[in-house]
Amino acid sequence: MRYHDIVIVGGGPAGLAAAAAARKAGISDLLILERDNVLGGILNQCIHNGFGLHTFNEELTGPEYAARYIAQVEEEKIPYRLNTIVADITHDRQVTYINREEGLVTIRAGAVILAMGCRERPRGALNTPGYRPAGIYSAGTAQRLMNIEGYLVGREAVILGSGDIGLIMARRMTLEGAKVKAVAEIMPYSGGLKRNIVQCLDDYGIPLKLSHTVVQIHGKDRLTGVTIAEVDADKNPVPGTEEYYSCDTLLLSVGLIPENELSKGAGISLNRVTSGPNVNDRLETEAEGIYACGNVLHVHDLVDFVSQEAALAGENAAEYVKRKKSPEAAAKPARRIPLSAENGVRYTVPQFLEADGMRDTVTVRFRVADVYKDRYISVYYDEKRIMRKKKKVLAPGEMEQVTLTRKSLEEHPQTERITIRTEVE
Amino acid sequence: MKKPQYDVAVIGGGVIGCAVARELSRYDMSVCLLERTEDVCSGTSKANSAIIHAGYDAPSGSLMAEMNVEGNRLMDRLAEELDIPFRRNGSLVLCFSEEDMPGLQALYVRGVANGVPQLRIISGEEVRRMEPNIADEVVAALYAPTGGIVCPFNMTVALAENAYENGAEFRFLTEVTEIRRDGELYELTVRSNGDGAVVCVKGAACGEGAGGTNRLIGAAVEGGEGTVTARFVVNAAGVYADRFHNMVSRRRISITPRRGSYCLLDREAGGHVDKTVFQLPGRYGKGVLVTPTIHGNLLIGPTAADIGDKEGTYTTAEELAEVTAKSACGVKDIPYRQVITSFAGLRAHEAGHEFILGEPEDAPGFFDAAGIESPGLSSAPAIGVRLAEEIARKAGAPLKERFIATRRGIPHVAALDREARAALIAERPDYGTIVCRCENVSEGEIVDSIRRPLGARSLDGIKRRVRQGMGRCQAGFCTPRTMEILSRETGIPMEKICKNRPGSEMICAAVTERKEQEHEIS
Amino acid sequence: MEVKELICINCPMGCPLTVTIDGDSLSVTGNTCPRGADYARKEILSPTRIVTSSVRVNGGTIARVSVKTRSDIPKGKIFDVMKEIRAAQLEAPVEMGDVVIADCAGTGVDVIATKSVGRA
Repeated sequence: MRYHDIVIVGGGPAGLAAAAAARKAGISDLLILERDNVLGGILNQCIHNGFGLHTFNEELTGPEYAARYIAQVEEEKIPYRLNTIVADITHDRQVTYINREEGLVTIRAGAVILAMGCRERPRGALNTPGYRPAGIYSAGTAQRLMNIEGYLVGREAVILGSGDIGLIMARRMTLEGAKVKAVAEIMPYSGGLKRNIVQCLDDYGIPLKLSHTVVQIHGKDRLTGVTIAEVDADKNPVPGTEEYYSCDTLLLSVGLIPENELSKGAGISLNRVTSGPNVNDRLETEAEGIYACGNVLHVHDLVDFVSQEAALAGENAAEYVKRKKSPEAAAKPARRIPLSAENGVRYTVPQFLEADGMRDTVTVRFRVADVYKDRYISVYYDEKRIMRKKKKVLAPGEMEQVTLTRKSLEEHPQTERITIRTEVE
Repeated sequence: MKKPQYDVAVIGGGVIGCAVARELSRYDMSVCLLERTEDVCSGTSKANSAIIHAGYDAPSGSLMAEMNVEGNRLMDRLAEELDIPFRRNGSLVLCFSEEDMPGLQALYVRGVANGVPQLRIISGEEVRRMEPNIADEVVAALYAPTGGIVCPFNMTVALAENAYENGAEFRFLTEVTEIRRDGELYELTVRSNGDGAVVCVKGAACGEGAGGTNRLIGAAVEGGEGTVTARFVVNAAGVYADRFHNMVSRRRISITPRRGSYCLLDREAGGHVDKTVFQLPGRYGKGVLVTPTIHGNLLIGPTAADIGDKEGTYTTAEELAEVTAKSACGVKDIPYRQVITSFAGLRAHEAGHEFILGEPEDAPGFFDAAGIESPGLSSAPAIGVRLAEEIARKAGAPLKERFIATRRGIPHVAALDREARAALIAERPDYGTIVCRCENVSEGEIVDSIRRPLGARSLDGIKRRVRQGMGRCQAGFCTPRTMEILSRETGIPMEKICKNRPGSEMICAAVTERKEQEHEIS
Repeated sequence: MEVKELICINCPMGCPLTVTIDGDSLSVTGNTCPRGADYARKEILSPTRIVTSSVRVNGGTIARVSVKTRSDIPKGKIFDVMKEIRAAQLEAPVEMGDVVIADCAGTGVDVIATKSVGRA
């Protein structure tokens, strides 16, 4: 059976950054497996600008951001296979993939990096009553049809959900001559970036209807309209607030779900909140030598953080492979400290810290449960608060992070649990 | 006397029409099936419980009981011959209290009288051993090991393909608007829907499209209207069957669409129950069923609402809430968060709640298959045999010497074992390109679904044949790719690719070609 | 005197800004930090945007190439720029950075390709 030191599943932003970092860390035998016919993943269809402010200190479009990483992969001659679907990954790192040229192939991997990204939540998950006509698209599907294939999905649209893809598509459709009548958001706040609300909706006079949702879908063949209603605090429609919007298109931007079918197949447990694998501070899943990064681990807002996280996974996977190969292979670090999310913090990534092998600093990323003003983010080692920072505003749509240091943990060697919570006082 | 074009015209390409056509194709007769949409299995046959009932439900002595039990019995052979996904998973009717026990007993007695084999009443404990997620309140259940689950789409497609293989002609986008009796024959006025009717007949000159399409497009019906003449007519028009019946008979019938809403859950929930679980009608009304589907999802429903609109296949918030509430009575901890879609179908409910099969007294040669509501799918094989035999007898038509009884389905490549899968991919590399990631459907399977006899011409047609887009992302990822494949294989331009029938176009224009609209910057 | 309401886009705070314009003088309230005032001033005096879209490519591996204005253009010119972008067509191959439309709609700003498209 063929062997590769590191096999990377997915050639999008996470896979590319992981590959580049692993190569930099001295691993030459890499293989990227990509299901599409080009590298770059979802960035290829994200033709708007705003990518890379953190990484390159300039505003790039999605394809331009991807091109920088693809260039690294090409320069380093990192092997990749396109049009290749991974069918199965086992707990002990056998990877089975399929493509036209090679057929069905199983290989062994020293380490695996999961970088499969995420998918959009479909309408079915919302269980919206009505007909099931043509013209209902997830925002990303419409984006692909428009930006890659060059087709306009409709002339009059309503958008359900104010996630960033929905906001971006509102502008995109408007620029291409369609009329976007409204964006309905069931929450009392938008899940999208402020900048997108101003530049994608306000610029074009598209109303954002907060605490509203689509309650009925009309039209048997092609969509003819939707009914939108206000919702109460429990997200139930308020009778009497229904309003009919005629439209031929409904775009859904109602959330993203990490795509973890392969992880599950490998027997890796998933976190209930993130829907991604539980990982330690090295981004290693519960299956030894299998790492996860990017949107398959948890959904990000900014690609820059995906790249950072993926680079870390790449370095750690490289280190793992090297350690395995050295004769005095060290045993896996034993002392594991769980991280818990409390009081307004919904989850943390990582979920565990391997204290013995910890790096000098560990970035912990998380999201909050609601919009909070003037709150602290606090970190506790057991009952002891060891740091906190004041935030003027916290929102579920914006990923937050804190940095833990090896030094401070060494000062508290008895720590059994690390807790991150928001605090009013 | 005018010579009819066909011996038999079948109105409706649902499971009943296709079963009748298949059984008719055993005989030396010319058969033409007329379907108003672009594909078979587009109405009631596509949106139901996908159950092969055991047959204890219908009153003893009724046609419903007879056809159900016989249809159930025929399923093993039919599934084998036509490669239809089918499993006898068994069914349970739950009884929630001692006072309802007489009702359960009566059901048992009726089942035995109807000829349902292996029926028995089992205790609450035994039910829970069988199905750990059954509600604690359940005191007993009627267990019918012969109950089964089937893929209604592939069952209908398989029957149609086999009928076609044996010479039956299929006309799609062909709507019957009028039926007139003219001496010994019937004259049907037909109208073509969309860009024109599509005629599929074996051995006819093939159209130009790639992939050896076997459809003649727009050939038969010029100017949108035409006639079809036949000695015999089979009325398998589902919720519209009353309309056609009443065109030829003074003994009027009335069919009320009875809407049923369902929720379909992710495969992850598919193992929540193994058997099809019904509730004994009792204090809480009729209840809904909870069942695994043949493809491993969990299906819950249906509701029952009599409506006037024969096209009213929409769900309502109330009905979906009812599905959830009622399903929870019989089965615990159903993971409702895993709902991937909901849908509604219309049962063709006839006022007498009985199948209407055969000739009305005042319309010889016109054969009804009307009022086919539950257990219609289960009864389809038997109804097909019965009507075909009656018609053949009346026509004096002998059996064909060379009837092809078998048909192979499209391979589901991902479900094959490793060696078989590798071998298939080596032979046909497009079986190695996965298009639908949720259901693991390859490009090769999609191509097959289009190129086969009576191949798919719409996204729903592909979905029903090979399950592309039927998984948890509900076609989010694979829609653009599938549209491209359909366009490439058939020559249908992208702007004309439909979800199902004409009018359900997926996109409105190429980006550069749409008309200008004035916009202002705020 | 004229009063305009804006929302600051610099951070998740989204401060509601009130801009008072009185002849040549302009004052901003509601901001929490100086970035808010700068933003409001620019939005009122000379709002600009980068426009991104796509242009048809003939004979390429894909049907469209993504494009952007090389730098931001006056907000009021967005649809003029779009009109020219829509009318444009390219022949493959296209290199990322190629000028697709020079001095688009009289803005002095070029529209450039943001991805490369090879010949089919």
